[in-house]
Amino acid sequence: MVSQLTLGERQGALCILLLLAACGLLMLGAGQNDPLGVHGGIVMLFGVLLIFVVISGYFAPEPGTDAAGRYYDDPSKVGIVLAMLWAVAGFFIGDWVAWLLVYPEMTFDAAWSSFGRLRPVHTTSVIFGFGGNALIATSFHVLQRTTRARLPDQLSPWFVLLGYNLFCLLAVSGYLIGITQSKEYAEPEWYADIWLVVVWVVYFLIYMRTLARRKEPHIYVANWYYMAFILVVAILHIVNNLAIPVSFAGAKSYSLFAGVQDAMTQWWYGHNAVAFFLTAGFLGMMYYYLPKRADRPIFSYRLSIISFWGITFMYMWAGSHHLHYTALPQWVQTLGMTFSVMLLVPSWASAGNALMTLNGAWHKVRDDATLRFMMMAAIFYGISTFEGSFMAIRPVNSLSHYTDWTIGHVHAGAMGWVALITFGSFYAVVPWLWKREAMYSARLVEVHFWFALAGTLVYVFAMWNSGITQGLMWRTYSEGGTLTYSFIDSLVAMHPYYFARAVGGLLFLIGALVGGYNIWMTIRTAEGVKPEVLADLPAPAAARQASTGR
Amino acid sequence: MFGLHYKLERKAVGLVLAVIVAASIGGLVEIAPLFTIDETVEEAPDMRLYTPLELAGRNIYIREGCYACHSQMIRTLQDEVERYGPFSLAVESRYDHPMLWGSKRTGPDLARIGDKYSDQWQVAHLIDPRAVVPESKMPAYAWLARTPLETENFGAHLDALRIVGVPYTDEMIASASSDALGQATPDGPRAAGVAQRYGDATQIRLFDGDAATVTEMDALVAYLQILGRLTDAATASTAANVE
Repeated sequence: MVSQLTLGERQGALCILLLLAACGLLMLGAGQNDPLGVHGGIVMLFGVLLIFVVISGYFAPEPGTDAAGRYYDDPSKVGIVLAMLWAVAGFFIGDWVAWLLVYPEMTFDAAWSSFGRLRPVHTTSVIFGFGGNALIATSFHVLQRTTRARLPDQLSPWFVLLGYNLFCLLAVSGYLIGITQSKEYAEPEWYADIWLVVVWVVYFLIYMRTLARRKEPHIYVANWYYMAFILVVAILHIVNNLAIPVSFAGAKSYSLFAGVQDAMTQWWYGHNAVAFFLTAGFLGMMYYYLPKRADRPIFSYRLSIISFWGITFMYMWAGSHHLHYTALPQWVQTLGMTFSVMLLVPSWASAGNALMTLNGAWHKVRDDATLRFMMMAAIFYGISTFEGSFMAIRPVNSLSHYTDWTIGHVHAGAMGWVALITFGSFYAVVPWLWKREAMYSARLVEVHFWFALAGTLVYVFAMWNSGITQGLMWRTYSEGGTLTYSFIDSLVAMHPYYFARAVGGLLFLIGALVGGYNIWMTIRTAEGVKPEVLADLPAPAAARQASTGR
Repeated sequence: MFGLHYKLERKAVGLVLAVIVAASIGGLVEIAPLFTIDETVEEAPDMRLYTPLELAGRNIYIREGCYACHSQMIRTLQDEVERYGPFSLAVESRYDHPMLWGSKRTGPDLARIGDKYSDQWQVAHLIDPRAVVPESKMPAYAWLARTPLETENFGAHLDALRIVGVPYTDEMIASASSDALGQATPDGPRAAGVAQRYGDATQIRLFDGDAATVTEMDALVAYLQILGRLTDAATASTAANVE
């Protein structure tokens, strides 16, 4: 890793890490009587550990000039490994909290182990740990291939990848020791939020600098989506996390917004975290890896344009459908519902575009589980965007809101769409990155596919059943005109579904473990190493090699 | 439309600006007016502020992630009003930084849980939910009763809240730590000041039944007992508008 950095970059890395360790020490000192001190310790350790890594490779010879003639893939490789680690951890915690709803006694009389603290550990590990690392890793890979330009330098991609993982680490460790803003999917406190902004600006600059060096006149569709993901997540993150810290020596802060304005800001953020983190970024992934793996061009360029601008414009209006029948003014609710329904058009444009791209390659979908992962992801994307538009309709929402139906919907999207497209893309990109003929075991990819699909279906069906049952029981009236069921009656009725859900989650976790093993063995096994291919080099080097006839 | 896009996709900066503009409109139209249109938040002259102890309880509620399973937002639906009470008004959470409306009811809504159960019930339920409600899925929070409440820099908390718009007075900020202890020790010297600063209706009592120490249990129960009781505005407007 370090040997690929120039001497100047190694020195730069040491400076940044020393600064980071010093910040950690400062937080540790200032926050002695506060959970902030624990985070100071984590930041300092993180910095010191990486200082050792850099020093251990500091005196290695510098990379030769021919390195510039290759794509820089080390950060993508590490990002993929990190994504799989977060996936396993996040799925495990998710299944753990699912079992907590079946057997609520498993909390050891300790603060950290209750559902309320563990649930954000699950959501953050999966969305930001697994999803975020997958996005960063694949975006660097796709960006270089579609621009035919190498990343601008070797240091900033590491800053983004490792800095981002530090943010994730601060987030999940914080929940366990009681640090949270309570804003769903934006729980980390002010200092972690500021750190993420710094990381994100560098991420954006890498994108712009690489695009500026591109050898292709057009920016490929996958990059539109990755760009929208980076830009809009920055806007959402900054606005929703505006807060006043109680003190710079403490973790706690108070949100700038209150009540109804805060609710609207939060769900403007929350729904668009879904739109731009969990949709736009992963559409970028889909628009590159699916046609590549299927060896077919994208079905329709115009559909992808309609879809892109539709999603970018309309999603930002949809957040208020989380607040139907609440104290939010009705005009905002109505706008949110209207745009949510209209969103079906650009969403299905992308899902349809993906599936139509597979026309003529269906025999490959049958034989190749990697491509089948991607196809199934597109189908789940279509299903869950339809479901989302449907649930955003006010009367439907009166039944579904506050129930497990929402949880089922989210997991149809997260497991069926986000995770499946990621696993499919990983199985495609891992052999390319590590220069292998194929994955270690095609059969294990097949095994993973069926575990993942079975787990998703069991999970989603369980939650559909429990959610609709719950919603109906809450509004059932007896002939005498009184409510038939107490709240606890509805909770008792959930028990079998909660059990089924935990089993579904377990299947999905087993699938991810199989996938992790397969990826690890592909990396470890030296057999089937392929020589460099001309097509996978940046433009000038490829041209040079072609002209010298190598 | 396609022609414009064809130009944009060859210019990185143009694409970036176009994405920012397209993505900003929705938020500007839906969020900005909420700060300027007066009808968004109702008038409630009787609205009172959270006492330091209740605020501490609220922070514990946040810290433990209670909002993951309990909403605090009764919708304008008949069954909700009959089950939980008058539907929630915007004004009731106007001092809630952040709001805790929630998004999921694994447990029941808590917007009007205040005074619905006794302190003893709340404490027993938090210590061992299944001793009180055998079918409950709630985690046990017995350790709250063993953890003394940290009251050192309460003034700084009130001060931060004043910056974001909660009208705490200088006097409230100065005596915040003392008031936090005073509200949970009714026979102590600090109790009188609490009622004087936050109103006679303030609940000043031994919330967890233990006079020896003010614990996190005291704070959380004090908070639960005030939920839905900061103003009577919702009861006054009642079920007239139920859909």
